[in-house]
Amino acid sequence: MKRLLASAAFVAFAASGAVAQTVGFSQIGSESGWRAAETTLTKQQAEERGIDLKFSDAQQKQENQIAAIRSFIAQGVDAILLAPVVATGWDSVLEEAKEAEIPVVLLDRQVDSDKSLYLTAVGSDLVHEGEVAGQWLVDKVAGEPCRVVELQGTTGSSPAIDRKSGFENAIKGHDNIEIVRSQTGDFTRAQGKEVMESFLQAEGGGQDICALYAHNDDMAVGAIQAIKEAGLKPGSDILVVSIDAVPDIFQAMAAGEANATVELTPNMAGPAFDALKAYMESGTEPAKFLQTESKLYTQDDDPSGEYERRKGLGY
Amino acid sequence: MTILRRVAPQLLTLLALVLLVTAFFPEFLRIEVVNGRLVGPVMDILKRGAPVGLLAVGMTLVIATRGIDLSVGAVIAIAGAVAAWAITRDLGLAAALALAFAAGLAAGLWNGVLVAIVGIQPIVATLILMTSGRGIAQLVTEGRILTFSHDGLAFLGSGAVLGIPVPAVLWVATAIAVTLLLRRTALGMLIEAVGVNRNAAALAGVNATVLIIAVYSASGLCAALAGVVATADIRGADSNNAGLWMELDAILAVVIGGNSLLGGRFSIAASLLGALIIQTIDTGILLAGFPSEYNLSIKAVIVLVILVLQSPNLMHHWYALRYFAMRRREAALDPRKEPGT
Repeated sequence: MKRLLASAAFVAFAASGAVAQTVGFSQIGSESGWRAAETTLTKQQAEERGIDLKFSDAQQKQENQIAAIRSFIAQGVDAILLAPVVATGWDSVLEEAKEAEIPVVLLDRQVDSDKSLYLTAVGSDLVHEGEVAGQWLVDKVAGEPCRVVELQGTTGSSPAIDRKSGFENAIKGHDNIEIVRSQTGDFTRAQGKEVMESFLQAEGGGQDICALYAHNDDMAVGAIQAIKEAGLKPGSDILVVSIDAVPDIFQAMAAGEANATVELTPNMAGPAFDALKAYMESGTEPAKFLQTESKLYTQDDDPSGEYERRKGLGY
Repeated sequence: MTILRRVAPQLLTLLALVLLVTAFFPEFLRIEVVNGRLVGPVMDILKRGAPVGLLAVGMTLVIATRGIDLSVGAVIAIAGAVAAWAITRDLGLAAALALAFAAGLAAGLWNGVLVAIVGIQPIVATLILMTSGRGIAQLVTEGRILTFSHDGLAFLGSGAVLGIPVPAVLWVATAIAVTLLLRRTALGMLIEAVGVNRNAAALAGVNATVLIIAVYSASGLCAALAGVVATADIRGADSNNAGLWMELDAILAVVIGGNSLLGGRFSIAASLLGALIIQTIDTGILLAGFPSEYNLSIKAVIVLVILVLQSPNLMHHWYALRYFAMRRREAALDPRKEPGT
């Protein structure tokens, strides 16, 4: 039935021409909850707009993505969305798409190819995310001295590097805030908990820690458990701010155990479809990078409601 | 006494490490009572060492039969996923544990049959489950982190008995039970016999096939318990990351324990000391507060030093050096002795 409706919509819109009707989406895979949510939201956004989305899961392999794009070109889709698994090696397949006059929009990751080979890239500014988190802490402590421990992402990964430097930018010039310990928690709950335990041991059983900054929510969720097991209250004894806005952190915020999170929106497809529509209807060239909003959520932003809204998205 | 002599190198290594970490972090040995439980870096090590410690018990047996089990990390993910799935379906703690152990046992039987009956090399046979197991776990959790709130299961990961963390109790109890089972019966010796020469053991009347299947099953069960502990610890099954690369730490623990990868004689106590040594390094690095870029390099250097010091070749060189030094000293002393006599 859904398929019938979709094809009916396809026929109806195909008559009007200009708008993208069939869009191919080459997704990396489903290695994290966030990416599963991105897939779900992309399908939702396509359905809302009456777009026929051809979805291809590459299972973390670039060759699968290249094969998928070639098959999209062969099928004559109107546009292609690509979440590239790596940054290099896209030149020839992007050129093929360009020759076939099919616009390509990159989602959430960048490629090293020439900018003329794709229409635009939709993504989040990782440094800005760190800045939003840092600014929240600056405002929250309002000049009071604050010793911060930091749970970094995987050593050397770009989110870890950028979210660290963004946070440092934000607290620069606020000498009351100081990062006293910083270690990698590999973006995982288990490591987040283990490393937080060692922070607590090293900082007088946690008495000397004023706030925790975690590069993602999963590590924060693990660290919150470590703080509770050490007999302290996360959210009041130790402030907790992290990045991503996954459902579980909203549960923690609703329980008063986390204070703030910065959203890395999985809705990259919405802006991508909007840009495609504008481009196809009136030929407006979008900017080469469309930055998504890094929205700050605190305990005042209806965390239990946010949890309900997100839990069905496949996180 | 013989056990003490067997594990002496590991004990000395652990002692040296503790001194080293204390030099960087003076409060390392501090233990205090918070909310009726013992808290301190040492307790953290005992607790955090649980998954690798449990894996090391099973891995020691497998390695004693001249095998290897690469799948244990993936089995952790599967067992954790199954336990969390059962709990979120309100099946109860007993059913969750039973299902998790059943999953571990099934994985172990699969490995054992591939090795003992089909005759595939252990490293290849267990590689199959190592690569596919995480996928199976993701099918169970549907690719997300399966979070649960069930105090009974969480107790296994973060509870305490008489002030001691439950994971620490679990791995010590498992190790003692397995050691008693193997050493109070002839099982341990039969495993060693199979490891030294499977054909000779079979000719002598040892049912090598059943024994090999049994050790892989034991390894699967140990991994299942480790998976339950890891999942209970973070109150969620993280199929992507639970037990990731932990099989390598378990093998390293067995090797640091002085057990030969070529099978034969084994010591579970020494493997466990190996696991404690690895965890002390990990926790020590965190406590010392180095930048995280150095974590792996520091660990690698320490492990290298430990293995070099334990190397039998080095021991031979050392004894040879001492022997020559003694001969020379005696030769130097002799002429002076002669006038006196």
